[in-house]
This record gives sequence, C-alpha cells and structure tokens, in this order.
Amino acid sequence: MASVAHEGHGHDHHGDHHHHEENFISKYIFSQDHKMIGKQFLMTAVFMGLVAMILSILFRIQLAWPGESSDFLSFFLGEKWAPNGVLKEDMYLGLVTIHGTIMVFFLLTGGLSGTFSNLLIPLQLGARDMASGFLNMLSYWFFFLSSLLMLVSLFVESGPAMAGWTIYPPLSALPQAVSGSGLGMTLWLFSMTIFIASSLIGSLNYIVTVINLRTQGMSMTRMPLTIWAFFVTAILGVLSFPVLLSAALLLVMDRLAGTSFYLSDIIVGGEMLANHGGSPLLYQHLFWFLGHPEVYIVLLPALGLSSEIIATNARKPIFGYKAMIGSILAIGFLSFIVWGHHMFVTGMNPFLGSVFVFTTLLIAIPSAVKVFNYLTTLWKGSLVLTPAMLFAIGLVSTFITGGVTGIILADSALDIALHDTYFVVAHFHIVMGMSAVFGMFGGVYHWFPKMFGKMMNTRLGYAHFWITLVGAYGVFFPMHFVGLAGAPRRYYDYTVFTDNDLPTADMMMDLNVIITIFAIVAALGQLIFLFNFFYSIFRGPKAPQNPWNANSLEWTTPVEHVHGNWPGALPVVHRWPYDYSKPGADTDFIPQDVPLAEGEEEH
Amino acid sequence: MENKLIILIVIILGAIAIAQLVRVYEISAKLRKNEEHEISNRDNRLNAKLMLGFMVALFISFIYLMTEYGWTGRGVAASVEGKETDFLLNLNFVIIIMIFFLTNFLLFFFTYKYVRKPGVKAFYYPHNNKLEMIWTVVPAIVLAVIIILGLQTWNDLVAPTGKEAIRVELFSKQFDWTARYAGQDNTLGKYDYKLTTDNNELALLTSNTIDSALNNMMNGSNGISRIQKLLNNRDTIFNDSTSNALRTELSRKERLYRLLAQMKANHNKKLDASAWDDIIQKDTLVLCKGQEYEISLRAKDVIHSAFFVQMRAQMNAVPGMPTRMKFTPSMTTEEMRKSKNNPSFNYTLMCNKICGGAHYKMKMIVVVKDKAAYKAWVASKKKETFKDKYFPAPAAPVAAVVADTTMTN
Repeated sequence: MASVAHEGHGHDHHGDHHHHEENFISKYIFSQDHKMIGKQFLMTAVFMGLVAMILSILFRIQLAWPGESSDFLSFFLGEKWAPNGVLKEDMYLGLVTIHGTIMVFFLLTGGLSGTFSNLLIPLQLGARDMASGFLNMLSYWFFFLSSLLMLVSLFVESGPAMAGWTIYPPLSALPQAVSGSGLGMTLWLFSMTIFIASSLIGSLNYIVTVINLRTQGMSMTRMPLTIWAFFVTAILGVLSFPVLLSAALLLVMDRLAGTSFYLSDIIVGGEMLANHGGSPLLYQHLFWFLGHPEVYIVLLPALGLSSEIIATNARKPIFGYKAMIGSILAIGFLSFIVWGHHMFVTGMNPFLGSVFVFTTLLIAIPSAVKVFNYLTTLWKGSLVLTPAMLFAIGLVSTFITGGVTGIILADSALDIALHDTYFVVAHFHIVMGMSAVFGMFGGVYHWFPKMFGKMMNTRLGYAHFWITLVGAYGVFFPMHFVGLAGAPRRYYDYTVFTDNDLPTADMMMDLNVIITIFAIVAALGQLIFLFNFFYSIFRGPKAPQNPWNANSLEWTTPVEHVHGNWPGALPVVHRWPYDYSKPGADTDFIPQDVPLAEGEEEH
Repeated sequence: MENKLIILIVIILGAIAIAQLVRVYEISAKLRKNEEHEISNRDNRLNAKLMLGFMVALFISFIYLMTEYGWTGRGVAASVEGKETDFLLNLNFVIIIMIFFLTNFLLFFFTYKYVRKPGVKAFYYPHNNKLEMIWTVVPAIVLAVIIILGLQTWNDLVAPTGKEAIRVELFSKQFDWTARYAGQDNTLGKYDYKLTTDNNELALLTSNTIDSALNNMMNGSNGISRIQKLLNNRDTIFNDSTSNALRTELSRKERLYRLLAQMKANHNKKLDASAWDDIIQKDTLVLCKGQEYEISLRAKDVIHSAFFVQMRAQMNAVPGMPTRMKFTPSMTTEEMRKSKNNPSFNYTLMCNKICGGAHYKMKMIVVVKDKAAYKAWVASKKKETFKDKYFPAPAAPVAAVVADTTMTN
C-alpha cells in the first residue's frame, strides 16, 4: 500500500516527501524506511557478531592452553564460570552453544540477509520502499528483541543453553542432564521463536516486494543476481523456518507440559521418567529440515553480493547470468532434500542415508557451476581491487576450499569416521562461516557509500582484509587435521588422547595453539574494521553518487537519503545490470536505466 | 587485576594509535587529492601481488600440513571396514585436492594477471553455452563415480552381520560406558528401562529382575509407600508445593508400577536364560582380532555416540531407540602400539555426541587381543555372568534351573 501511495507522489508532486519533517524516533528508532531498517539490522548484527567472536576467543583459549589460568577468561566470566581464570566445563559448552547460535542466526541470517535484502531489494528493483514498511519495522524489532533475549540468557545463574547450537533433545529437554537446559534453554527457545517470527515477516515482505514492486522494464531476467539470491533465500526461509518453530514448540511442550515427542525410556539424575514413545530423531529431522536450507540462507546472499561486486570490479558482465540464476534455483531446491546427511550415524535407516548421499552430492554440481562462472568472470577482466572486491575473491576461495571437503562429508561411508570431529567444524566454518562473513564484509565495503553517504578508508580496508583472510585460513586450515586425527568437537580438553595416544595428543595441542593464535590475531583484525566502520560514518569523506561506476539502479539514487528513494519519477529499466565494457560503448559501464542505443543488442 | 588494567590500557592506546594514523593518512590523502573510491594502480598491483603471494603461502602450508599432520594422528585403520573406508577417503582426497589446487590457482592467478592496467579494456564475454555445459557435465561425471563407490562401501558397512558375529551391547549413560557380552548363547538378553535397579543397572529382563523392580518401586528408598507416607505427613499436607510435587511423582511411579505388573503378567520365562548368561564388563572393552562384532547401542539418559577412532567406526546411542554398528578389528593393541611406535598406546571408545559437562571424559579403554589371548579372557569370565554376579542361585531357584539347562546345552 505504502509503495502505491509513494508511486502516486512520485509521479505527481514528489516534493511532498520533504514536507513531513521526521522526528528522531520515527527516523532512527521506529523507522519504516527500508534503508534505515537495513542499517539497524547491520548495527545489531555487528554487535552480536562481536559478542559471538569474543565467546569463541574465550573457548579457544581453553582449547589451546587447557587448565591454565587466564586473566582474559576471568575478566569476562568472573569467579563463577572461570574460577581462578580456568574455564568451567559446563560454561565451555555454553560458550560453544551461544557462539554457534549467534553466528548462524543473528550474524549470518539476520545480519546478512536482513541488512542487504532490506537495503538492496527496493533500491536495485526501482521501488519506493518495501511492500510493507510496517511489517519491515516489525521484523527488525522482533530481531532486536530476540537478540536481547539471547544476550540475557548469557547472564542466567544456571548458565546459557549448553546443548550445542543444534540443541538436540533429550539433553536440551532435561535440566537434570546439564545446568544450561534450565532457564538458559527456555530463554534460547523463546529468543529463537521470536527470531523465526522476525525472519518470516521479513522474508514474506522480500518475496512480495520482488514479485510486485519491480519498476517498469525490470523483468525477472534483468534483476541483479543479488536480488535473485535474496529472493530464493527468502523463499527458503519461509518454507523452512516454520519447521524449526514446530521443532522448538514440541521441545517446549516436552519441557513444560510433560509430553513425550522426543523423550522415551529415560532415567536421568536417578529419576525414572514415565515418558515413552517419543523419538529424539524426530527432532533431528525437523531441525535439519531447517538446518540445511539454513546453510544456503546464509550462503546465497553472500554469493549474490559477491556476484555483483565481482562483475562491477572486474568491469565485465558476470559470466553465464542465466546459469547463475539456474544454479541459485537448483541449490535452493536441492537444499530441501539433503538434510539427512547430518544424520548418517544417528541411527537413521541406512537406505535413507544412501538417498541423502545422492542428493547431497548433486549440490556440488550447481556449486561448481558457480565457481567456474566466477573464475571466467575474472578471466580477461580489468580488475579493480577494492576492499570489497578482495573480500569477494576471498569468498570464492573459501567457498572452494570449504566446499570440496563437503564432498567427503556427504559420502556416508566416509562421514562415519569424521562425523562430529573437528573436520566437520573446519568444513562448515570455511564454506559457510567464512564465505558468508567475507560476503558480508564485501557487501559492507561496497554499499557503505549507499548506506551512509560516506566512503570507508581503503587502506584500513586492505589491512582488514589481509588479516581476516590469513586469520581465517590460519584458523580453519589446521583444524581439518585436528579432525582427521579424530578429535571430537565440543570437547573441553583432549586428556583422553593424552592418556592413551600421547603423540596424537601432542599434535592436536600443537595445532590448537596455532589455531588459537590465528583466531586472536583475526579477532584483533576486526577491530580495524569496527574502527573504520564507525569512524567513516562520522568522518569519512563524502561519497560520490556512483563511486564504483556500477550499473544497477541503487547508484542512480541521490547520495542523501530521501523517502521513496528517487526524488523524481522511478527509473525505467532498459537492459540487464551487467553491461560492463560492452563493445561500442563510450564508457566501460552502462547503467540499467540507459535506453539501448541505435542498433545495440541486448546481451 | 593489574593484568586487566594493562589489557585495558593496551586496547585504549591501540585505538588512539589507529586514530592518529588515520588522521595522518587523511591529511596526506587530501594533499595528494586522493579519493577513496579511486583505487590507484599502485594499490591494485600491490594487492594483486599479495594475492599471488598468498596463494603460494596457502599451497605451501597445505602441503606442509598434509605431510606433517595428514595421517600421523589417524594412523592406519585398525578394522577391516576401516581399511575399506580409508581407501575411499584417500581416493576422494586425491580428487578434491586436485580441484582445490586447480580452482584456487585459477582464482588467484587471474586476480594477479588481469588486474587493471591502464588502457586495457575488459573482454566482454557474457556467456558460452559450450563452456557452461562442460563444467556442468564434468563435475556430474566425477560425482557419479564418487557416489557409486561411496554407496557400494556404505552398503557393505551397514549390511547385516553373519551368524558368527559376536554380539556386544554398549550401554551409555552420563558419563561412562558399560559393555555387555551376549554370553555363550550369543544372544543378548532383553531389557526394559523400567527394570533398572541398583542390582540391575542395565535393566535386563528376567523373572527375578521384574520382581526386584516391582519391589523397589513399591518399597525402595524412594518408593511408592514412602511417598504415600510422606503425603500423609502433617507438614506436607499444609505445604502445597511439596505435596503437589509428591503427588506428581506418586502418579508417575504408580503408572510405572502398573506397567511393571503388566510386564510380570505377560513375561515369558524362557527369555530369562538369554539374559542370565550375559557378561557385564565395566572398565574395558575386550575384543578379538579378526572377529566380526555386531554391536548394539543403548542410552540411558541422553544421546551419546560410540566413536572408535582407529576402527573408523561410529554410531549414536539414542534413548528409547536401539541402534547398531558392526566392525571387525584387524590389529591387536600390541600391533597398533608397534605401528604407532608408542608402547603406552590404547584404543579408546569415546563419546562423540555432546552429553553434558563431563562429555569429554566419557570413555572406555578398548583392548584388542589375538585369538588365543581372547579365548583365555573369555574363559576367565565364565563364572562372571549377570546371574553369578547379581542374582546368585539361592535367590532364584526356578530361573537357575532354566539357566543351567542352557549352560549344559
């Protein structure tokens, strides 16, 4: 509705927008403007990411120097959770759990999709705003509330949730089994419930906007790949997040109402429970039915952003635009029928396992297509290595390096020996964590001028990129070998190896120290980013309208944000967004709203 | 405390230093009229070179890690199945390492080679169906091979075991493992979690264990009669929360009691024998080289996972749901010690599914013996059956006869 109204304004008397002066609250807090909401998502996610990063440093210190007193630990955790600076084993699990939860959901789902879908969907489609500004605002505030609840759970007396980010019952259902399954888990579940509501509202809004509010001439096959990625991501979210909600709801019932969805034949803490007939595997099926699409909910926006960044800065059209769309769709579809590869050794029917091997390995095909298309886009380009471009290239590298180990883990016979070891941790951190983080950083550097009207400092960007890239590989490359040696994940220390297989334990410890040092360096490197980010918001040089000479519509809007995005009529689209270095053109880029020249052919 | 102060001071000084550096840079950039969005050729080239340098460093560190750490921790596979999967793993590693080198090389090399040079325009190359076909079809073929080989191995690994496989149960709880051998009849006795008592931790099903479970439920230290007594206590009657809690507990226990009584009524005494001759083994799991094992898994409280690193075997133990795995040890502990050149090496069974605070300590030593030593061990355990240990003859005259007859068979 709102956009329809804006449309009218836009055509008739666009000056209207400047009349209603906005106060502080409606402009910065309860804003319904998609650009502001995008920034709100970004700020919240950056803060959450910072928290999760500190948590990871805390447990990495324990892993590298187990049992040694650390001032850093006692500084953050105090006497209760780190008496004399030595981490408590329960809290170790709590840190691991909340680190995973925040990173996956709050940074990489809320932060990545929330920020850039909000910012770019209307701007790149030529829309005045999202289909529903109010729902968009609601989506952010639910996200904010759920972030708050998740943070609060860290300060509960019995500790935060400690069952791993996947919170498998019965561990997560029984407070007798681990202290974090008390109030901490309740808060986790409430926080995630609200998060899911936020994600659903947001995703529905994105889908409706993409379908209905494209400007004149913006056919589906003229949309930038970013929009395709956000669009498919939103569809994945709408179809899969409700399943997680149902999983969480059943868990809440088991915890509070005495039902037996996931519980059967259990004796815990000397107490014989009467629950019978439930199945913990039901939870795992429900969880991974979200959990696997979630990987692509995290990854696709990053791939979309990097497609745009690479094409712009290679001054070349993205190679195989239609194939890229096809592979996004194929990945999206396949992501729904592969969840069982997380469950090869859970007792799931082995035949079912072999079906999942097949479907999972199929995903490698569209992924390979994407990689080769990126490579061909770089080939014979004229590369401008902005910080954003470097991060996008880094993304392609981590996507390859993390992706190939997926081929091993998808093979059920090989997964048996590697399941739940650090090999898995290394695999998904590189392919999902690092790729998505690189995509996000690339996005921030690239669209910072659009968000804040200022430029970020390039030199600091370079320093940040190199520290992050070296840190990322320094952390997760050696981790594969810790896992290959058989180190289980979520282990507080490796005394089991020290006692029975000392050389292997020594090797693990060597690598763990290296990993932790790289992790600390990489974490410190993020301070450069934070500094650059906030400094540039206030003191950065003013951005030109189209700093990267890009084609997509967001660069046709004025630097100063206006309600409705374009002060005059909405732009009309005449071509795809990748006319870079087109032969016969005067410049090496032709924005989408430039009509085809006489005799010019569309791509 | 002082250290904390130092940490804080370092952070603050660091921030100030960066701020100063940026100011200097800002001023100098203004002097040079440098714009942030215009990347100078110098910066471009520098980063391109760094990219190439990074690639070299990445490849060298990968090769170093692979040769130094690749297989040291893993060692050789210590089971027949493990050898099969290790072969497949190595094959897949060859494939993915090739892809890793090739694509990363192209990525970083292109970045280096095609960095912007003044006067050189990018090549407009939007698509090429032939090329795209190639890199759809080639990965598909490679994957088909991987899938076929993988599924063949997988089918072998999950196929049912033969009659001669020894049946062992691994019972898991926070935070230890208990092994149960099927005994002479090679049939594991049945179980029901409701039968758990101090004397019957694995909840095995026999006439006697049903009786003792009933008795325990009624008269045990926290049994029904005690709760009833507590409920009639004056102090409890006037305390709502306590009496409510007690009533919930009572109704749960009464329900369990009814179920136990039902079990007793339907119990088939012939089943007793298969449980009586089971051997419960707490400290170590003893296995025989070259012998196939059919292992059932059971969990008492939360999900655990039995992980034998060197045997390359793993399976979850799920409360309320029986799971199974199989493997055939192919190296004795002694042989592995020699192969690892470590006289204090021991196989361990680890828990590999997060199960609570002491998860990382949940383990059991595994000893693989050769045939002769294993036989001797079995003989030494002959008189340590479930019945011998927990329900010696006088307590169960009827069942004893049944058990004896199977023994003589």
